[in-house]
Amino acid sequence: MSGPREDDQPLLSVRGLGKRYGDRIGCRDVSFDVWPGEVLAIVGESGSGKTTLLNCISTRLEPTTGAVRYRLRDGQERDLYEMSEAERRLLMRTDWGFVHQNPADGLRMSVSAGANVGERLMAVGQRHYGNIRGTAANWLERVEIAEDRIDDRPRDFSGGMRQRLQIARNLVTGPRLVFMDEPTGGLDVSVQARLLDLVRGLVADLGLAAIVVTHDLAVARLLSHRMIVMKDGAVIEAGLTDRVLDDPQAPYTQLLVSSILQV
Amino acid sequence: MTGQAQDIAGGMAAYNFAYLDEQTKRMIRRAILKGIAIPAYQVPFASREMPMPYGWGTGGVQVTASIIGRDDTLKVIDQGADDTTNAVSIRAFFQKVADVAVTTRTREASVIQTRHRIPEEPLTVSQVLVYQVPIPEPLRFLEPRETETRKMHALEEYGLMHVKLYEDIARHGHIATTYAYPVLVDDRYVMDPSPTPKFDNPKMDMCPALQLFGAGREKRIYAIPPYTRVVSLDFEDHPFEVQRFEEPCALCAARDVYLDEVILDDKGGRMFVCSDTDHCEERRAAGNRGHLAAEEAYATTEAAQ
Repeated sequence: MSGPREDDQPLLSVRGLGKRYGDRIGCRDVSFDVWPGEVLAIVGESGSGKTTLLNCISTRLEPTTGAVRYRLRDGQERDLYEMSEAERRLLMRTDWGFVHQNPADGLRMSVSAGANVGERLMAVGQRHYGNIRGTAANWLERVEIAEDRIDDRPRDFSGGMRQRLQIARNLVTGPRLVFMDEPTGGLDVSVQARLLDLVRGLVADLGLAAIVVTHDLAVARLLSHRMIVMKDGAVIEAGLTDRVLDDPQAPYTQLLVSSILQV
Repeated sequence: MTGQAQDIAGGMAAYNFAYLDEQTKRMIRRAILKGIAIPAYQVPFASREMPMPYGWGTGGVQVTASIIGRDDTLKVIDQGADDTTNAVSIRAFFQKVADVAVTTRTREASVIQTRHRIPEEPLTVSQVLVYQVPIPEPLRFLEPRETETRKMHALEEYGLMHVKLYEDIARHGHIATTYAYPVLVDDRYVMDPSPTPKFDNPKMDMCPALQLFGAGREKRIYAIPPYTRVVSLDFEDHPFEVQRFEEPCALCAARDVYLDEVILDDKGGRMFVCSDTDHCEERRAAGNRGHLAAEEAYATTEAAQ
């Protein structure tokens, strides 16, 4: 192949991103890169602009200023907001995944687990029922959902199972980048631990890049390689996860780290 | 095809020809033309209040009223039959407001308004089939947002349609959708053929007649121009199939037609008869007899002797 190796260049580059809601600031002047296979955590307190930032970079919300560039599978780098809507939507259901905090937002609650996982396959043109079902069964197994639950609806699933189903649904097309918004929010501690373990395994196995928004520093510690800390819509600290958590530089990060209960 | 306000009751207030005023007809015809230009695209139109409730065919009636002319012959069917309440009322309505010739014979009709069925008799280029549609949006039950379904049509994102068929197979072992079975028209738009049984889907494909669809409450018109490709959606390993009936029509012995089940008593007695009454009558007139038509046949032969 000619040119630099793909891994040498960022998958996603965010430059000077800002979002205003009228006079209020959602986030401002955020810049960072995400490399292939890397997990980036965005942490901060409620209202610090984490979710606004995530929505802006995942094309769910148009930013007021700045640019988000993404490297497609063919190596071409494109500005997301200069792509057509059709291209963006195709990207979202093939090359990307989005795991919502509330599984009901990311799942079709009235169709079976198998159809939930198979939807993306059908959306990219698969028309063989047996193959779709086989792939769905395989993915349910990978996220530790018993195969005999394949025809049950997510309504009948527990919160943890729904969240795992949502992850399977997103990963079935082999995306390269997954956005997660508080993936463990609303789950009890033991279920959180298992989910984190699962996500960590999947991310490592599949070589996914992920951007995880969380207010829980433990999630950031377990999942992410790098993290950025936000406050009042701006990035106040960024670096390797270990470095930021063990040696926080900004006063707010120090406060955040020291406010974790040590049991 | 048009007419000036017709004085029906000697100087009293009168209806325009075919009930709707000429401006409304023009508006509906524009929607129809756009629908024909973009096969199966749902064209919004300013649906009018009609002197019948929504759900009784207000969309179909408005389409018929906009295309019917003085020398047209109208046939109206409901569930395949010409003699059911809805069919009789709509036929009477057009006799009254347009004074057009009406018929029950498929072959003689130039405009056929239908709910549910496509006549068994093959249609010709000189005929127009008007469907009464309750819910024009095939994606509605999976995606309730109209803004989103329009976008999905625009971007040809039809994966969701197969999710519905997948669910059918997962739950019933086969595609259990028997009516309003989604079709892909002219390799572009997915369309709901209104509540026709899927038995009639193959008749839509390359049909010589113009097919118009009117949804009054939902304010949508769409169309399939003559000789347009209409493909029923399916899976490679679960291909599209129409219903099969084990016995022939009890009155005319027809096979390969759509049959209605009629309960005869409370002891499990039942019969299967043609849903298309005109087709059944014609076959009986030609001497075909089913097992329950035997006595009648005997009586006629006796009378003839």
